Amino acid sequence: MKLSEIVHHLDLKIEPSPMGMDREVLGGYCGDLLSDVMANARKGYLWLTVQSHQNIVAVAVLKDLAAIILVNGRIPEEETIKKAEAEGIPLLVSARSAYEVAGILHGLGVGGEGN
Amino acid sequence: MAILTKSYPIKARDYLKAGEISMGVHGLLKKIGFATELIRRVSICAYEAEMNVVMHGGDGVMTIEIGEDYVNITIKDSGPGIEDVSLAMKEGFSTASEEARQMGFGAGMGLPNIKKNSDSLDVISAKGKGTEVRIGFVA
Repeated sequence: MKLSEIVHHLDLKIEPSPMGMDREVLGGYCGDLLSDVMANARKGYLWLTVQSHQNIVAVAVLKDLAAIILVNGRIPEEETIKKAEAEGIPLLVSARSAYEVAGILHGLGVGGEGN
Repeated sequence: MAILTKSYPIKARDYLKAGEISMGVHGLLKKIGFATELIRRVSICAYEAEMNVVMHGGDGVMTIEIGEDYVNITIKDSGPGIEDVSLAMKEGFSTASEEARQMGFGAGMGLPNIKKNSDSLDVISAKGKGTEVRIGFVA
């Protein structure tokens, strides 16, 4: 499923500007411990987290993730938005919890396996 | 023989800028055209090693040496050193500060992640003497 369809289905807010929306999403991973995400998220995955500081962009770049979804309505820090834009990482925000977002994604057929 | 050697200074406690060196290494390997799987493994290790210096190490330097069929990363820092290396290698063990943990660092997975994703790992450290981590990859 394309990222744009997921944004539409989940009514996600896009920060900073739409990019990477045509990318095929291959799965998803939830985690707030950065090393855990480094170990277990896979290329093309969505990453659901409450961490909103700029270091999350480095993790997304290094793991070649499709997008970061900040859950619980977390507002990304200004520097995080700037960095995401510079690195071409879509930064999305949902008012829902990680549990709810993951549930909806599963319903849409977006699964996820750890390494 | 190395085709390219590059060194990057790492600043301690700069949690926000942290990760930029690993991103630089990632970009460099991509540009050279290494296989995706090798880039993935090196990126994970470079990130974890960089974060270890930021969290624990005092200032340090990461040196990447790229050969035709290998990549070596060496990280040296002037931090407090590791008292018990075998304990530090244990998954879940961490001495990270509360500040680091709140940001999602200090999961006690750094060295285990490096071990899992590298072909060789040497940690040379003693209390009060800083730490040197040597990570090798076969391309």
